[in-house]
Amino acid sequence: MIKIHAIATALVFALSGVAFAQEHVATLRGGTPLAEQGDVPQIAKRVNSDLRQVRNYPEQPPLIPHKIDGYQIDINVNKCLSCHSRAAIGDSQAPMVSITHFMNRDNQFLASVTPRRYFCTQCHVPQSDAKDLVENTFVDVDQVLEYVAGTKAGDN
Amino acid sequence: MLGFAKRIWSAIRRPSVHYSLGFLTMGGFVMGIIFWGGFNTALEVTNTEAFCTSCHEMSDNVYEELKPTIHYSNRSGVRATCPDCHVPHEWTSKVARKMQASKEVWGALFGTINTREKFLDHRFRLAQNEWTRLEANNSLECRNCHSEESMDITRQSPRASEAHERFLFTGEKTCISCHKGIAHQLPDMGQASLMGGHASEQVLTEYLATE
Repeated sequence: MIKIHAIATALVFALSGVAFAQEHVATLRGGTPLAEQGDVPQIAKRVNSDLRQVRNYPEQPPLIPHKIDGYQIDINVNKCLSCHSRAAIGDSQAPMVSITHFMNRDNQFLASVTPRRYFCTQCHVPQSDAKDLVENTFVDVDQVLEYVAGTKAGDN
Repeated sequence: MLGFAKRIWSAIRRPSVHYSLGFLTMGGFVMGIIFWGGFNTALEVTNTEAFCTSCHEMSDNVYEELKPTIHYSNRSGVRATCPDCHVPHEWTSKVARKMQASKEVWGALFGTINTREKFLDHRFRLAQNEWTRLEANNSLECRNCHSEESMDITRQSPRASEAHERFLFTGEKTCISCHKGIAHQLPDMGQASLMGGHASEQVLTEYLATE
């Protein structure tokens, strides 16, 4: 009898848990009831400033500070390389593809971008002015070091 | 045959016996309008997108590729149709282009590109025809809409305005030199795209031949 009670209580908790989650978990559609059409958010604008952006950590693939609408990157052609390839930067004055992208997986440098680094947008992405869906609490390494130095100074 | 031609010639040379001068001149005038109007109407019919895409070679390949690009769908709703870019607007050049297009009729009849695979095989050559044509006429069909005078580069992105200042306004390059593949997908550009068009193919082949 006690066992049945326990199971029933657990079940009630579990179900209310689901209900709680449904009410409070933020989804992309917001708080609008399912049967209604919510407000459609504005489509965010692409950042097209052409100004290089600071990397959050040294290994971060640089962000694309311009529009890339309709850029073809496939077996036939890579539109990005028409400005960013080694030979093209004289005309375009764009940053050259990093030399690491010429390196195959045996660390041999090839004549041009290796197939494994060919699809630019796998790592490099343009940015938009959209509002963050969730708050970002990222702290970069300099701030961490400053913090550590601060606490150490406090210890001494 | 020669006799027939002679009979026709002598008939033309003789003054008319049955018809009045007024009838002949007016008739000639009216027939002139009908023939010229008919010719021009037919010419204009072949100069429409509906005509171009009536062949599956065009509607399944290049027309489908055009649709997501800015020359088909954009904020202002102004769009370019096939002949806007691919047929000269000026009459003489237009007729010259239409005569060249008889080769395309041949291709349509004999199915030169009647499958996707065949089309892709020929794509580089076909694209090159267009690039050569636009290089030769200084991108005339682009400039029918995009005029240098009306181009306000302060309203462009810094990247675009700088490039236009350096290459377009100086006349160093023409529209198509940089804007390839804006309305249709590009064929296999091979190493050319990686090298930014600097390597001369001849130099390369000569070098490789010495190995």
